[in-house]
Amino acid sequence: MFDALHAYLLGYGAPGLVVWLVLCILAIAVPVILAVALYVWWERKVLGWMHVRMGPNSVGPAGLAQTFADVFKLLLKEYLIPQRASKLLFVLAPLIALTPAFAAWAVIPFDQRAVLANINAGLLYLLAMTSMGVYGIILAGWSSNSKYAFLGAMRSAAQVVSYEIAMGIALVGVLICAGSLNLSDIVRAQSGHGALGWFFLPLLPLFVIYFVSGVAETNRAPFDVAEGESEIVAGFHVEYSGAPFAVFFLTEYANMILISFLAAVLFLGGWLSPFPESVPLLGAPGWWWLFAKAFVFAFFYLWFRAAFPRYRYDQIMRLGWKVFIPIALAWIGVVGCLVYFGVIGPVEAAP
Amino acid sequence: MQEIKNYTINFGPQHPAAHGVLRLVLEMDGEVVQRADPHIGLLHRATEKLAESKPFNQSIGYMDRLDYVSMMCNEHAYVRAIEKLLGIEPPERAQWIRTLFDEITRILNHLMWIGSNALDLGAMAVFLYAFREREELMDCYEAVSGARLHATYYRPGGVYRDLPERMPQYRESPWHKGRDLQRLNAWREGSMLDFLDAFADDFPRRVDEYETLLTDNRIWKQRTVGIGVVSPEQARAWGMTGPMLRGSGIEWDLRKKQPYAKYAEVDFDIPVGVNGDCYDRYLVRVEEMRQANRIIKQCVQWLREHPGPVMVRNYKVAPPKREEMKDDMEALIHHFKLFTEGYCVPEGETYCAVEAPKGEFGCYLVSDGANKPFRVHLRAPGFAHLSSMDAIVRGYMLPDVVAMIGTYDIVFGEIDR
Repeated sequence: MFDALHAYLLGYGAPGLVVWLVLCILAIAVPVILAVALYVWWERKVLGWMHVRMGPNSVGPAGLAQTFADVFKLLLKEYLIPQRASKLLFVLAPLIALTPAFAAWAVIPFDQRAVLANINAGLLYLLAMTSMGVYGIILAGWSSNSKYAFLGAMRSAAQVVSYEIAMGIALVGVLICAGSLNLSDIVRAQSGHGALGWFFLPLLPLFVIYFVSGVAETNRAPFDVAEGESEIVAGFHVEYSGAPFAVFFLTEYANMILISFLAAVLFLGGWLSPFPESVPLLGAPGWWWLFAKAFVFAFFYLWFRAAFPRYRYDQIMRLGWKVFIPIALAWIGVVGCLVYFGVIGPVEAAP
Repeated sequence: MQEIKNYTINFGPQHPAAHGVLRLVLEMDGEVVQRADPHIGLLHRATEKLAESKPFNQSIGYMDRLDYVSMMCNEHAYVRAIEKLLGIEPPERAQWIRTLFDEITRILNHLMWIGSNALDLGAMAVFLYAFREREELMDCYEAVSGARLHATYYRPGGVYRDLPERMPQYRESPWHKGRDLQRLNAWREGSMLDFLDAFADDFPRRVDEYETLLTDNRIWKQRTVGIGVVSPEQARAWGMTGPMLRGSGIEWDLRKKQPYAKYAEVDFDIPVGVNGDCYDRYLVRVEEMRQANRIIKQCVQWLREHPGPVMVRNYKVAPPKREEMKDDMEALIHHFKLFTEGYCVPEGETYCAVEAPKGEFGCYLVSDGANKPFRVHLRAPGFAHLSSMDAIVRGYMLPDVVAMIGTYDIVFGEIDR
């Protein structure tokens, strides 16, 4: 059906292509927004269960409509622009944060074929997009002209600079193993031995570093110093209300889901089944595996939030620079040796 | 070259970690605190002055509202001061009940503290777990006095009434039903002492639960070890008491050093810290919860075995029984006089202190022989602690200030009075 639609639209030439692409983008963006709504509900439920309370339970069945009620509340609320704020940037900042959070989804391969942009520089594109988001946060903090917001922005800048590096180095490991920057190829490079063929085994330290850095990148507990509720009230978005606040909220959760999907794609074999293909039914690859894996990571986010105290921001720096980056660098060396001697690595890359 | 200046931020009075209405003016160099200037007075209700204009008994309720997380301990100091001037001694059972409720209050307070301190440092779950247990103890407050917070349970000459024979049970409601209801009422089948026994048996396990989340948690340790170090000399110089003092390694506890009520007869230990940092104070308070639990068990044991009066039979101070009032003229007159003009306290002055959960809570009482106090001064531990803020947090970072506020266990009711 999709092929037929594709062919039909392409019959109209360039305008048809644009329509097709817009449809594809919507097919990803709308589910992402819905996923965010469900994820927020799920977070509140999970936190409630972990906290011996109930979580949302009044609006809709099991509180499912709560998030939608909240969204409408936020959208209909008056939003204030502080008088001494830099108005243009203040309005622009949430959008700058939001755009990359959605743009990054373009290269995520949901299964063998379902990927919007199967580009060869997928990994680079992802790195670029995920590091763009922080400008929104920094600008929000700066343009608010509030001391709390400014502190949040400074913290966020420092944090992202250090964790972006650790994250990037962790991805270099994936790159060495897969021999490609294309995300679909990265997944294919993990196929063959079921769960044992996935990259998380040879790259275990990098896998942990990647996910923890991802948590730090998205400013989630225990790395939520940019927001730092009990220290700087709400950090960078302390002056935001109504719809702009909702956009920040959406960005944060879209990013969390993105990081969960990426961790699944890069280290846990994306759409591949954990069972060898010889196993009937369970061995078949498919998008459901990717979603199940991403769900596990998304759950970890919530679990962290329920369990851990918050780091101080200089301690986060220390963790990033003195622990993660050295370990990641050292493991890159190890991976390099393993690949060079042919223990692991791209099959066809062996000279 | 441009001149670089420190900037000031207003931390509070409306701030998630200000514990009420603390307004802290911080002079910051980046994230490092150069000067901390706590401003108080936003919750000032003139308790001391109000007490001068009404009969002694009517101010007991104000004491609850001072440190509103350790209500009965505040009452205890005030009531003891009056008793000392009157020269009366409450019956033994009343003293045991007071010991029991002082310790219940200590657990209540420390639960609040562990929850809010953890919440300040970002650990959400502990707060809600602590409140689950607080709920049980609040029920005890409610069972004896009818109020969950502001009990007004201690009276000069004893306590308001004896412990209830039956612990009130939960009724079926949309929020409590089925197995949940059964679980809630399982402890509440018998008397209040049975309930407390069950609670005390279970409570150490609950404390273990909090400790699992915090004590060995690397992040928790990074946030508290070596933060806000108070040397023993500093602690003495700033007039610190309670866990703040004991955290710095000074073994000073009024319950041991100047025993009151029945503390001389119960067996318990005083935990002390070594380094005087936030982590040590955390450990001290956690251990205090366990010790308080020990005392509760001993009190329950004694109270089971020794029924008796809980109020002095001196109708000049304590009201007569309702039954007596029905057919005894004298009793009726006593009741009327007591509840209209109160009682006169002999001329004199006294200072009575108790070891409240936060430290030494004292009441300095001057009487000129009238039915109202001439002067009441309340010594609140939090006031002395807060005044050391600047000296302690200088050079630490903004998140450490939050940790410090948490470990001070500040409640503005008592600081502003």
